[in-house]
Amino acid sequence: MDLAELLTIADTERKKQKSIRVHCCTSTGCQAANSLSVRENLTNTVKESGLSNRVEVLGVGCMGFCGRGPLVQIDPEDILYEEVTPEDAPSIIDALNGGVAKPLQGDSQHPFFARQMRIVRQHTGKVDPESIEKYIAVGGYQSLYKVLYEMTPAEVVNEISKSGLRGRGGGGYPTGLKWATVAKMPGEQKYVICNGDEGDPGAFMDRSVLESDPHLVLEGMAIAGYAVGAAHGYIYVRAEYPLAIQRLQKAIQQAKKYGILGSQIFESPFDFKIDIRIGAGAFVCGEETALIQSIEGKRGNPLPRPPYPAESGLWKCPTLINNVETLANIAAIIRQGADWYSSIGTENSKGTKIFALTGKIRNNGLIEVPMGITLREIVEEMGGGVPDGEVKAVQTGGPSGGCIPASMLDIPVDYDSLSKIGSMMGSGGMVVMDRDTSMVEVAQFYMQFCREESCGKCVPCRTGTVQLYELLAKILNQQGTPADLEKLEALCQMVKETSLCGLGISAPNPILSTLRYFPEEYQELISAYSLNSQVTS
Amino acid sequence: MSVRTLTINNIPVAVEEGKTILEAAKEADIHIPTLCHLDGVSDVGACRLCLVEVENINKLLPACVTQVTEEMVVHTNTPKLQEYRRMAVELIFAEGNHVCAICVANGNCELQDAAIQVGMDHTRFPYRFPERGVDVSHPQFGIDHNRCILCTRCVRVCDEIEGAHVWDVAQRGENCYIASGLSQPWGEVDACTSCGKCVDACPTGAIFRQGTTSAEKERDRAKLEFVVNARSKQEWTR
Repeated sequence: MDLAELLTIADTERKKQKSIRVHCCTSTGCQAANSLSVRENLTNTVKESGLSNRVEVLGVGCMGFCGRGPLVQIDPEDILYEEVTPEDAPSIIDALNGGVAKPLQGDSQHPFFARQMRIVRQHTGKVDPESIEKYIAVGGYQSLYKVLYEMTPAEVVNEISKSGLRGRGGGGYPTGLKWATVAKMPGEQKYVICNGDEGDPGAFMDRSVLESDPHLVLEGMAIAGYAVGAAHGYIYVRAEYPLAIQRLQKAIQQAKKYGILGSQIFESPFDFKIDIRIGAGAFVCGEETALIQSIEGKRGNPLPRPPYPAESGLWKCPTLINNVETLANIAAIIRQGADWYSSIGTENSKGTKIFALTGKIRNNGLIEVPMGITLREIVEEMGGGVPDGEVKAVQTGGPSGGCIPASMLDIPVDYDSLSKIGSMMGSGGMVVMDRDTSMVEVAQFYMQFCREESCGKCVPCRTGTVQLYELLAKILNQQGTPADLEKLEALCQMVKETSLCGLGISAPNPILSTLRYFPEEYQELISAYSLNSQVTS
Repeated sequence: MSVRTLTINNIPVAVEEGKTILEAAKEADIHIPTLCHLDGVSDVGACRLCLVEVENINKLLPACVTQVTEEMVVHTNTPKLQEYRRMAVELIFAEGNHVCAICVANGNCELQDAAIQVGMDHTRFPYRFPERGVDVSHPQFGIDHNRCILCTRCVRVCDEIEGAHVWDVAQRGENCYIASGLSQPWGEVDACTSCGKCVDACPTGAIFRQGTTSAEKERDRAKLEFVVNARSKQEWTR
């Protein structure tokens, strides 16, 4: 395959496109709401009403508004239908001839959509994730071709560094720096790993990217492989994402068939193959050293760093490990340039970030927004606020993050601002809580999660999380004393400072942030105990 | 091989490149408490007792796996470290069922030693009293999981020195336990050579010789060093 062939495929595919395209979401969320039957009925109705020459029904990836699925969207008019049932198919198709299926129609200009800026999710919800041709038709794999023929590996690394892209998995380590380190490590054998072990409660952006645009991630990985000098990549996906795994497998097969993955890609000397490894349900395997152990077939326990994977990773070889969303940004950066990318976002956080907006909020779903947008804009404008109530706090960063009180909603969302106030970007989960939520219970929920997900290797995380959980339970049962509160804080500090890996280090964050911003809720529970004990004695 | 100089607790030390802080401290006669470290097998950095403070590094580093660097300034016994170590030992005591009075290792137990070193006379955390089993299916030895602190020394000594890999860790978090073979009774594990290295490696009374009663456990630690030397340096006598 060469560039001419790639462009021919794109052209043919575009010509095949019919004038009206009915997009039906087939991602996990909408599938669970019966979107496959919706698609079937739509397809049949189009056939029966003799519109096949100008209308096509396409199964596409996630459109983001997951709380109102199944979603159907019609191009080029950009009409959105929400909560569609299979029985609605005829009225939707009828509406194509002039009428409008009013009761179902959503607002495609709602701030939820209008305020978004789509880079990673540019084509999700528009292209069929199971077809490589559709991906090529929207310019797919041209970035890979460009780096192979127009750029040296060092230029690619430089471009990524200049873009200011930072790791989207949570830590926010500069991606270009990571690439440069691996590229400069001596050694013939290197690896690229895509971390798709998304495990934070309430986070599903990586799943959506893998399900909706698998080729985008494959292209990012191949570009990374070329840049750092690796010929082999692994995608580590959790077993809980069967649809993502199935679509990745299909995507890899299709790419291999076209000679876009495998040996001599685009007839260049560059070889790159990608294998999938499936996790077995351990949250800790999202930690890079544990993930590498798991790929090696060992127990998924984290190892002390240094050595970092960039130096000694998979099978002791230099290994580049990036998150799904990070790799999904690469093709766009190569295509549109580092200057364009770095013009988006804030001074130290460039580009966009996908958030999973969940909890007590009107508009549930996935949004991609430029860095620096305020939490208030996300929660109140895009999310529509809390139905029948007020926002009390927003939890970001999953079990590693913290609760941000409503009074701080005006802070910009970027890596540094969030960590300054005791939370973190994390992978991008955002759980909105209303006035009825007990913050101590929230802290306990996350501590239960960490307790269950601790691998058990190091003492502070294995037993410290258990004791933290029990202390919270005691306080919630109104049995806690002021001494328990002191103990809670002291143990949080100890677990945070002495744990071996990120899981333990960040496990106390939900407690620490709720203690910091909602101390009165802990105090109330404790004074309730002192009152009771006075009465009984 | 080049040499690195550093200071540990204001004492200057010179050691070979590639040595760990723990090894350097040993040369300077500075004691750093450890539980999962065992001379002769690889280090895992799991017990977190050997954490030290290094100037200009904002996190605590495990001395057993951190290599020395030139002009490193290490503090091994700051008030913060003392507090965290004590807390870690308290957590370990609260986690299992450690009853010294009826333990084979009483008086010869590294967990006891650690408690004394860090000044732990009681634990501030409630005992968990987990339900754990005892396996005496092996003809010579037994494992009492109540006394296990999951340091994984037995796992490493069996895998790296004996090459039998009888032991491994099963489950996760608080439910972790040391499993023999394919989580079978120890006596049924064909791979076990009954060499007894795990008994010698165990810091507590979790793995013991049958027939020993309270405070009778003795370890032959020199045996491990002997085996390692015999293989690596061909020194077959001791």
